[in-house]
Amino acid sequence: MRKLPLLVERKAIVVPGDVLAEGNFKPGDYVVRIGNKLFATQIGLVEVKGNTVFVVPLRGKYIPRVGDLVIGTIVDYSLTSWKVDINSAYLATLPVDLAINKKFDIIKDELTRYFDIGDVIHAKIVAFSRVEMPILSTKDRGLGKLHGGMLYYIHPTRIPRLIGRKGSMINLIKKETGCKIKIGQNGVIWVSCINPEYEMIVVKCIRKIEREAHTEGLTDRIKMLITEEKSKLSQRGATDE
Amino acid sequence: MSKSQVKLIDENGLRVDGRKSDELREIKLEVGILANADGSAFIRQGKNKIIAAVYGPRELHPKHMALPDRAILRCTYRMASFSVQERKSPAPSRREIELSKIIREALEPAIFLEFFPRSVIDVYIQVLEADGGTRCASVTAASLALADAGIPMRDLVAGCAVGKADGVIIVDLCDIEDKEGEADIPMAMMPQLRRFTLLQMDGNLTKEEFNKAIELGVNAIMKIYNLQKQALREKYLKIREEVLSGNNNRR
Repeated sequence: MRKLPLLVERKAIVVPGDVLAEGNFKPGDYVVRIGNKLFATQIGLVEVKGNTVFVVPLRGKYIPRVGDLVIGTIVDYSLTSWKVDINSAYLATLPVDLAINKKFDIIKDELTRYFDIGDVIHAKIVAFSRVEMPILSTKDRGLGKLHGGMLYYIHPTRIPRLIGRKGSMINLIKKETGCKIKIGQNGVIWVSCINPEYEMIVVKCIRKIEREAHTEGLTDRIKMLITEEKSKLSQRGATDE
Repeated sequence: MSKSQVKLIDENGLRVDGRKSDELREIKLEVGILANADGSAFIRQGKNKIIAAVYGPRELHPKHMALPDRAILRCTYRMASFSVQERKSPAPSRREIELSKIIREALEPAIFLEFFPRSVIDVYIQVLEADGGTRCASVTAASLALADAGIPMRDLVAGCAVGKADGVIIVDLCDIEDKEGEADIPMAMMPQLRRFTLLQMDGNLTKEEFNKAIELGVNAIMKIYNLQKQALREKYLKIREEVLSGNNNRR
């Protein structure tokens, strides 16, 4: 079969039902083949990699993926596991043997000594499929309970933009503000700052990235935003250190 | 033949609100109007004003309703008590429950429900002002809200009513044409795939009239479909433009 060109420009905003291509392209994420045509199934941006056409979504709930780091809130516990709200369509389970390194004795120990209802945890998804609910683990380094800080919720689809290429965006924000930031792939962001003025800058950056995720040159604009906000701060005489 | 007391088509062939027989009412679509819903849309079609909100996919309670292989879709169509001339009782009526069902069935074929096993997608449709053809306008708005919620769909669903008044086939019936006219066909389809998802008929038509009505209806739906796509894209294109002009100003 002859290869036909794309029917839409790259990075164009497409909506469900838009015809993206005809002929022997391969349908990737959020693209279906019906007959000889490839249709978009999501609102998002068109991308092509080799022969595969896919859509980078702009809207949508978080769908768990094995290996993702997420931030969740403990909502319930049983004898041997916690239930964690991970801002998704499914409630995740955190079994004790995947949560703590010590041996756990059901008779002597109590789960709430480690995590209680309302606690916020940074965890990794170790299992999820069509037939099983997501299972979490907090055993890796840097995972576990998050103390203090604030949680901010953004669209999970904007997370890759917030992280940037090889973490360029988030490292920029961290370096410029000196805040501790942890990002969950599920659209939850934990921010802990010593200086509340700097936390406001971080929040402004997050909101800007969320709003303008589908545009180009975002890192430069964020850099500009931070410098602007910082100069405003120093004019008002807020402490830099 | 006509049992109507009111004249629905005047000497010039114009309808009660001055439209031509195949002319749609003015349609305004807006996406993302509710901050707390996962997806939302507003439609104003003539005097109709309808809000649609989508929540989900989310966890389903009670759990025994969940399907192991796909999500379930729940639709709630409701009319505000002030949406019609005579105050409507706020209790859900037989009609509202039936419309909830047919709207659900009009949307279901478009959604990839199998992507979200054991969960639920809720669609709430609130009619603020009604003036005929609310079920079709509701389908149009609800499918926009679903797309805005980022739920994977085969195509958008657009709806429109066609009918007959004073012996003329007309498109997009308003309330009085619906009540006094001779026939009313609400229809909805996935335009790109050319699949009907809703087709009802009230009244009598000959085979020829029916075929003509469907043809006019499909044309009208195509127009609505283009408006839908435009409304979905608009929000993002606006931000893109804003950013571009901002960059140029700084340089």
